[in-house]
Amino acid sequence: MPNRPPGIGRAALMIARKDLLIELRSRSAIFSALAFSVLALAVFFFAWDPTAVGSGDLASGVIWVIFTFSGMLGLHRSFGGEQPTRTIDALIAAPVAGEAVFLGKGLANLVFVAMVQIVTLPAAALLYNVPLVPVALPLAGVVLAAAIGLVAIGTLFSAMAVNTRLAELLLPLLSLPFFVPIVICASQATAKLMAGRPVSDAADYLRLLVVFDAVAVVLSTLVYPSLIEQ
Amino acid sequence: MIRAERLTRTFGARRAVDGVSVELAAGDCLALFGPNGAGKTTLLRMFGGLLKPTGGTASIDGVALPGGPEVRAKVGVLSHHTLLYDALSARENVEFAARLYGVPNVRAAADLALQRMGASEYANAPVRRLSRGMQQRVSIARAMVHRPGVILADEPFTGLDASGAAALASLFAELRDSGATLVIVTHNLEEALSLCTHAAIMRNGQVVRYDTAPIPDSAAYTALYKEMAVDA
Repeated sequence: MPNRPPGIGRAALMIARKDLLIELRSRSAIFSALAFSVLALAVFFFAWDPTAVGSGDLASGVIWVIFTFSGMLGLHRSFGGEQPTRTIDALIAAPVAGEAVFLGKGLANLVFVAMVQIVTLPAAALLYNVPLVPVALPLAGVVLAAAIGLVAIGTLFSAMAVNTRLAELLLPLLSLPFFVPIVICASQATAKLMAGRPVSDAADYLRLLVVFDAVAVVLSTLVYPSLIEQ
Repeated sequence: MIRAERLTRTFGARRAVDGVSVELAAGDCLALFGPNGAGKTTLLRMFGGLLKPTGGTASIDGVALPGGPEVRAKVGVLSHHTLLYDALSARENVEFAARLYGVPNVRAAADLALQRMGASEYANAPVRRLSRGMQQRVSIARAMVHRPGVILADEPFTGLDASGAAALASLFAELRDSGATLVIVTHNLEEALSLCTHAAIMRNGQVVRYDTAPIPDSAAYTALYKEMAVDA
């Protein structure tokens, strides 16, 4: 039977599975991200004056600062992990489209960010005494939509920065300006939901996030193959 | 079949490969020799679609390089890096490659490739725990698991002990005899000359000597190589 290389979707799933398996074995990035998240939550909590700022207002900002910076740890590992033995060359030489490599990396990063969010969000709700259960569904939508945008942009810049000597410095420098619109929308929507406002109040921000996601995912996927052409 | 015409690659002002022309048919094996920095690896990376030529043309089976997935499916790349994931086992690495190349029976193909390189006994060990020689055997199994029609090998004998080198030489001979085209970059003249149908010496990005069968014997070629690449 002749070999039949996988299409973009299947190849992306294979690459994502491989990345997650490696992370599961090493647990280096996820432990760093979780440790950072818990420490940052504690620092913000003890610096908080409840008489000056309402818990819902502060929690939303704290959560998105933590998601943004803890996600960066996973994003750097995404392509940085392919460098020591040049396994990226094996991916480029394989009969799969460059888009599949990008989408696979992005998918693995999304799972990584989601894992951090799953731990951080309830912890923040507990510390700041904000109700999560009544707004769980719309909040999950906001968190997922923002995570997709952050991951799409971060994965692209991770690929761009990895071949430079200052990759760890360059990744946040390149990514953060593009994260700003996502984080603004996400924190606004989160604040409204945590304050008990109707979901319709957050709907505009959610729509903006979805539009931003669509643009970020499509553009990043299309741009990535030109980055790997040397 | 590999064909290159005046293939050139520059990095800034430096011409790493300078107007190299080569034509290899099915069953041909080219051994590329030359001192460090001669342009051998750059030439190999262009054949493998890992680098874009800045001048000239190259093709595999008539498709211009760097080509697309259909060309890459026919090529097996063996680099001087292992191209292996340290956290995965030898088998997982080879199976991952087999899946990417769409090999039908992944498990059986991976087992066979590891067995051919005498790596079955440590198939389940994480690659990071293997010696450099063992990793090289797994790396070869990874590159050959899809039975490529074109094999591009950069220093494939590095780190291998006598039995590993013999297993690799036998695998290369079998692939060559079954119609695969091989390009082997190496400093190991004796091993490569016993396999190859063509031999070339590169210096400063250019092919300074090109032989087709019958190639001078190992001792004569070593003297030639010393004269053209080392002493020049």
